[in-house]
Amino acid sequence: MIDPAELWFIIIALGVCSFLLRFSFTGLLGDRGLPDWVLRHLRYTAVAILPGLVAPLVLWPPATDGTPDAPRLVAAAATLLVGLLTRNVLAAIAAGAAGLYLAMYLI
Amino acid sequence: MPPSSPKRTFWRGVRDALPFLLVVGPFGMLFGVVGSEAGLNILEILSFSIVVIAGAAQFTALQLMVEDVPTLIVLASSLAVNLRLAMYSASLTPHLGAAPIWQRALIAYFTIDQSYAMAIARFEREPEMPLADKVAFFLGCALALTPFWWAATVLGALLGQAIPDWLALDFALPITFLALIAPMLRTLPHVAAAVVSVALALAIASLPYNLGLLVAGLGGMMAGAEVERRQTRRAKP
Repeated sequence: MIDPAELWFIIIALGVCSFLLRFSFTGLLGDRGLPDWVLRHLRYTAVAILPGLVAPLVLWPPATDGTPDAPRLVAAAATLLVGLLTRNVLAAIAAGAAGLYLAMYLI
Repeated sequence: MPPSSPKRTFWRGVRDALPFLLVVGPFGMLFGVVGSEAGLNILEILSFSIVVIAGAAQFTALQLMVEDVPTLIVLASSLAVNLRLAMYSASLTPHLGAAPIWQRALIAYFTIDQSYAMAIARFEREPEMPLADKVAFFLGCALALTPFWWAATVLGALLGQAIPDWLALDFALPITFLALIAPMLRTLPHVAAAVVSVALALAIASLPYNLGLLVAGLGGMMAGAEVERRQTRRAKP
């Protein structure tokens, strides 16, 4: 059992610290300009963080205790492929879900 | 330059975010299920989602508390998962840094992977968008998604064990991120950043406290910036 006092401490501390992380640059820097080389790096934040976050989840899903799982691999490939071809978020999500359940049904 | 119309841009943000409800819903429900299995009541689960609003960190914290890890380690590990939010903040600064402080605070609270990724993709395609419109677009995305995330965690907590395993709710998160990333891979530097990030993340996945993600993220950003620098240098006479 999780101790309620510990739980509430974690909820509040994690919330406050997460807010400070989110507020760090927009809050402190504001509209002071950043040097070009910094901006050049920041342009790639999204494409550098999200793939790194998702790759281990696709190859070693926690839900299967880290064992590679064919339906999840099919779903990931379908999402990525349709997303690249159509540039349409809804189509990519639909393809991922369809790939996941179809592969689960067939395998 | 298009005339500023924050109200219309707000609704455009809402509309752009709608497809993500399909994946935010299942993922939020999964947090509710896992939370109730860990013995949390509805109020605790909902407070978690409202105060923290960061799925990955919430799962990490819950998992470690169930494993009875010391409180400070729980906090440090979950915060490490959230360090990427500071990088999002830095990346939003050139676009939103000039907004009034209360708007920046509101934006900070609502910075999640999806609102950040959608907004930055839009700002890059329309850099001339007026400041008020950028703020409105961001808040449109955020306000379409977050109340839904809260409601989904409560629904998951209520349904609990009734949700069968074969639904594979866990995979809503990877599908979300892949659907966000794919349309962003427009140029060679973007592709380079993504490829380096994936390679690093897989190679050093064993680093504790999810620190591997930060290394992978920084490596990806450096790769993207370097490829862009070489391209511009070659383009000059």
